[in-house]
Parts: sequence; structure tokens; C-alpha cells
Amino acid sequence: MEEWRFAIQIAAFSGRGDPTPIAETEKPLPAAVKDNRDKLLERAMSRHQYSGDALIEVLHTAQELYGFLSPERLKTIARKLRLPPSRVLGVASFYHFFSLEPKGEHTMVVCLGTACYVAGALGLVEVLQRRCGAGSKVSVQTARCIGSCGLAPAVIADGKILARVTKASLGAELDRIG
Amino acid sequence: MTIEELNQTQADETARQQALDERIYCCTAAGCISCGAEGLRNAITEQVKSQGRLDKVEVCGTGCMGMCSRGPLVMAASGTALYGNVTPSDAPALASGNPLDRRPLADRQIDLNAPFFTQQVRIVLANSGRVDPEKLTDYIAAGGYQSLARALTELKPPEVIEEVKTSGLRGRGGAGYPTGLKWELVSKQISPTKYIVCNADEGDPGAFMDRSVLEGDPHRVLEGMAIAGYAVGAQQGYIYVRGEYGLAIQRLQTAIKQAEREHLLGSRILESGFGFRIDLRIGAGAFVCGEETALIASIEGKRGQPRQRPPYPPESGLWNQPTLINNVETFANIPPIIEKGGAWFASIGTPSSKGTKVFALAGKIANTGLIEVPMGTALRTILFDIGGGIPEGKFKAAQTGGPSGGCIPEQFLDTPVDYESLARIGSIMGSGGLIVMDNASCMVDVARFFMEFCMDESCGKCIPCRAGTVQMHDILRRMTLGDASEDDLAMLEELSGLLRETSLCGLGQTAPNPVMSTLRYFRQEYEAHIRERRCPAGHCRIEAGVPA
Repeated sequence: MEEWRFAIQIAAFSGRGDPTPIAETEKPLPAAVKDNRDKLLERAMSRHQYSGDALIEVLHTAQELYGFLSPERLKTIARKLRLPPSRVLGVASFYHFFSLEPKGEHTMVVCLGTACYVAGALGLVEVLQRRCGAGSKVSVQTARCIGSCGLAPAVIADGKILARVTKASLGAELDRIG
Repeated sequence: MTIEELNQTQADETARQQALDERIYCCTAAGCISCGAEGLRNAITEQVKSQGRLDKVEVCGTGCMGMCSRGPLVMAASGTALYGNVTPSDAPALASGNPLDRRPLADRQIDLNAPFFTQQVRIVLANSGRVDPEKLTDYIAAGGYQSLARALTELKPPEVIEEVKTSGLRGRGGAGYPTGLKWELVSKQISPTKYIVCNADEGDPGAFMDRSVLEGDPHRVLEGMAIAGYAVGAQQGYIYVRGEYGLAIQRLQTAIKQAEREHLLGSRILESGFGFRIDLRIGAGAFVCGEETALIASIEGKRGQPRQRPPYPPESGLWNQPTLINNVETFANIPPIIEKGGAWFASIGTPSSKGTKVFALAGKIANTGLIEVPMGTALRTILFDIGGGIPEGKFKAAQTGGPSGGCIPEQFLDTPVDYESLARIGSIMGSGGLIVMDNASCMVDVARFFMEFCMDESCGKCIPCRAGTVQMHDILRRMTLGDASEDDLAMLEELSGLLRETSLCGLGQTAPNPVMSTLRYFRQEYEAHIRERRCPAGHCRIEAGVPA
């Protein structure tokens, strides 16, 4: 069983040569910072003794550092934690929190929890979808409930919670970001 | 820290606080922070400094004060005067300590004798709004860790469990399983390794009780977990907290570090032979992880999919070891139970549901926020006395229990809130989200909203839930578009029964609840959508063919 699994892993990684093929697809950053990110991810994995049980923590760290999880990154993590790549992709795609695609420069998360929903959050999503189409700097997401129900409807703009948002105030915020 | 040092710290800190002229509490829970509470707190601190009163006045950040709709909130005069909608320009008046200077704030002063405050009984939230969640000494001064000390020195593990059983405490995550029985089950397992897990994966939309407890009083949860560890014989605990709760995570990390430094966690707690460690596990946005077996899979680094029970986690849980899983609020109830005794706790509430329950009030209600009431309080009292009623429009329904719960119509407003009474009228206690809807809310669309939630959050393991939620959502969606027939309604009811009977875990079993409860009380709305292609609430845009 173990040998069979190992064979699959080899097959998945064969032809990949360099063990850490960091993609060019991610945001260009100064070399020093970028190297540091690899080191920080490595440190996170070694802190958990490269245990497969720590996969979710490692994915959290990787996403924090790189903004999203590229296929190359997932393969690297799979190899380091000695897990089948299918399991790593399976976990990364299961949880909403992990993004497999790069995000825009800004993110707007509209809460669609019950309180926000009854307060008209769908209207806000419409505004964002109309104004932030393809090629926009702003990534539009929805959340299940951010737990700020007293402030409904709420939007998280680049990590900051905006309270009792209206279509007008949301438009103003978008104008501000540019 | 030894027990003597704990007592000494408590005495010293209490004396220091009493020597002050005044403590000014600024609510720094997530709600108030998003209204600018951080800036306000800094402004007040700056003013106190510039007026040279730093040695007499202390400005502290605290957990949730409850009245989130009036944020940012400031409690001045050491907890006797509460002001709402405070701005940084009010800082000089607040800092001076002179009552005359505070007169401009008079119209924003919130009456502490209002029903919102007098009808509440705060056990879990006793420290929220009065203790700085980032200061261990503040918690100790409020009597913190004394219950752990008492358990370790005066009580044997079975006596701790007996105390919890006497209290009649039931799981606050929603299902209401007796906590003492669960503890006993775990304690009876023979295994060198056992785990304590705190379920802080509060996924119900409209619920923010656990977040507020973790943000406002993290040490209370740690203390409750440590007592549980002592009682059942576990040395390791995990808190599984939602990734969305950034502030709660940060405060928990701070609290764990502080407690470890003072030997209130870690090896040899309070110089006793008992050791207990707590680690955080951050969720990654999957609602199903609130289900205990899915949560365990997630802590183990796997996809959060539930498994068949039995064996239940008390027998075989995390890494196949006996595991005790309780909700945040359940653990938060433990220190007061050990401090004041199970009999005291059992004297509050109803015969079958003891103690208090924290509710998050949201939706169309004047005082949105966080409240704690004795079990058995009538819904009317919660919504109209404490909640302040519906600002405009007419009350239509109260939704409890999130996507697993139901909608309670007006004729049941006098129902006492306890596990059994809510189940009898087709809803559940749930974790404590309480969302108020008025005339403008369409109940068919509300049912569709919750079904969409369950459809998205279904983990896909069992077919009734994976396929059934999609089918039910499709029917509900077509109803809101005016494109459904009587047959669809019959199919909806059939599917409801099917999902409830055949799904693997609670998510699928309870997914039809919102549909069934709205069908029970608002059937005429469904019929209007089907027969007349009309939305009685005027919410669904049927003519345009677009769901609202």
C-alpha cells in the first residue's frame, strides 16, 4: 500500500526536475523578500515536524505569504509533508478560505449572512459585480457570515469592516480605491 | 504562579483598581472597532495623558458591552455611566472626570436601568465589558482562575464531574446534550491520551455569541477547558476557531501565552501535578466543520467530512482517542459552576434547561447586539423588552438556529425559550442566533436563502444531502420566480422528509427545518407564489423573472 502510494507520488512529480519550481505567475517582489517567504513557509512546516496533520496550518501560512495557492506550491507542500498531491489539492479545494487563483489588488467581501441578507446585501453584490468586472483591480467575494450581524449589511474592504453599508457608500468606497 | 501568588495578584490588582479615581472602559469588540473604537480609545488615552491624570484614570479596552447598535460604546465612572455613539471629539469631556464637562454627552447616555440591562442575567458575559481581554491581571482581579485553583486543590476529578452534573448544564452548541454526562463518558474511557476540543467554529449566519465571548473574555474559556481536562484526565486541548474571526484568534493567542507564562496552563499548573496545554486550530471556512466528527477530521488536517457515528468522539475521536468536544459557551459556564456550585446554577432557568443562554440579536430590531437571559424567558420579553421592538413595520417571524432552525411566528411569542419548547414549535435552540424579520421579508425567499446555504456547505459525502439540497433549492428558486406548480410543493415536502431521515450528519438532517417550519406557519405564502404568481411580502420580483 505504502509503495503504491509512493509510486503515485513519483509519477506526479516526475519530469519536474527542480524541486521548488516557484512560478513566475505570482506578484513580482524583490528577491530578498521572496526568498524570505520560502524560508518562512519552510519554517512553518518544520515547526510542525513536516507532519501531514498540519496540512491546514501550512496551507494557511502559504496563503498568507503568497496570497494564493498555485499548483506548484501545492505540489511542493505535498512532497515536503509526504502526502499524496491529491490529498493536498483535495483539502485546498474543500475549504472556502483557500484561494487557488491570484486575487486582485483589493478585495471586497460582502457578507451574505442572514442579518445582512435581510438588510439588502444582495443589492451591494450587484453594485460590485456591475462596477468590478473583468480586469478590475478589485476582487469581489461573498462570505457566509462574518459575525458582525449588529452592523448589517457589512462589507470587508481590504480587511477592514465597513458597517451599515449602502449602495451609495459602497460606490464612494470604490471611487476612493480608484 | 502558586495559589498564594494567584490570591496575592488578585488582592494587589483589586487594590490598585480601587485606588484609581475612575476606570474608563472602551468597548473594543469587533462591532465597535468597525465604528472606530480603536481611534476613540487612543484619543481618550491621549487626553488623559495631556490632562496629567494618568495616575488616577485608567483607560481600558474591553469585550462586547452588548448594545452593538449604539457603538462605539464607552463606559465611564468605573462602570456606572454608559455612553453610545461616542466620537473622538468627546474625548476631552470623558477624560476630565468632571461631571459638568460630560453634560454635552447627556443625550447619548444610555440608561442602565432600561429593560435591556435589567432583564438580563449575565453569567457567561459577566466580565464582558468590564475586563480587559488582553490583560491577565484584570481577569484574575475579577476572580479568574480561582475556580481552576479550587478544582485542583479541593476537588477530585469525579467531584468536578458531579458538580457539573448537578448544575444541569447542557451543551450550548445547539443540541443540548447534558454536559456532565458527556464528561463522565470521557472520564470512564481507559486511555493514556485524551483530548479536549473547544468548538469555536461558529458558522450559523446571524450568530456571533462565541466570537464575542472569545474576544471579550478569552481566559474564561481557557479556564473552563483546563477544568474539563482535569476532570476527564486529558492533557491536551484544541480550540478550533473560525478563520474569519481574526480578532478572536489574536486575543486567544495572547491569552494562551499569558497563561502559559504564569503556569496557569502548561505543565504543573499552579504547582500541582496536573498539566494541560491548549493549541489553536484555525478553521478554513467550512460550515460542516461545526459537526463534531468533521471538526475532528479538520484538526487532523483532512477534508472536513463527517463520519458515521457511533463510535462517538467520547470513545474514539481525535486520532482515535477519547475526545471531549464542547462549545465555547459551554466551557465559559464551567468556572462559575465550580466557583458557586452546581446547585446555584441549577436554580436558574427551567426544570429541563438550566442556567442562561447568550443570544445574538440581529435583523429588524432596535437593539441589535449581544444579550444573556435566563433559560425560559419568553421570546416576547427578549424581542420587545430587551430588544426594543421592531423599529418600522410589523413583526413577522423570529428565526432561531440558523440553517438548522426554524421561523417562529407571532402567535408563539410567549413561548419560553428553552430546548424543549422551541423544538415543540418546529425550531431549535441552536447556538443562539436570533434574527427578526418584518413584513418585508418573504418567507419563501428566506427558506431559499437557507437552502442555498446548505447546498453550498454540503460536504458532498452522502447523497441525500448532496443531491437533495440541490433539488430543494431548485424548487424554492423557481417558486420565488413564480415558476412552480403544486407538484413541486408536494415534492418539496417529500424531499424534506427524505433528507431528515437519511442524511449522514446534522447538516443534512436539519437542512429541511427552515422549509418545514415556514411551510407550517406560512403555507399561504408558498401557495400565493405558486397559484397567483404573487409574493405577498412584495420581496420577490416575480414579473421581471429575477429572484430578489
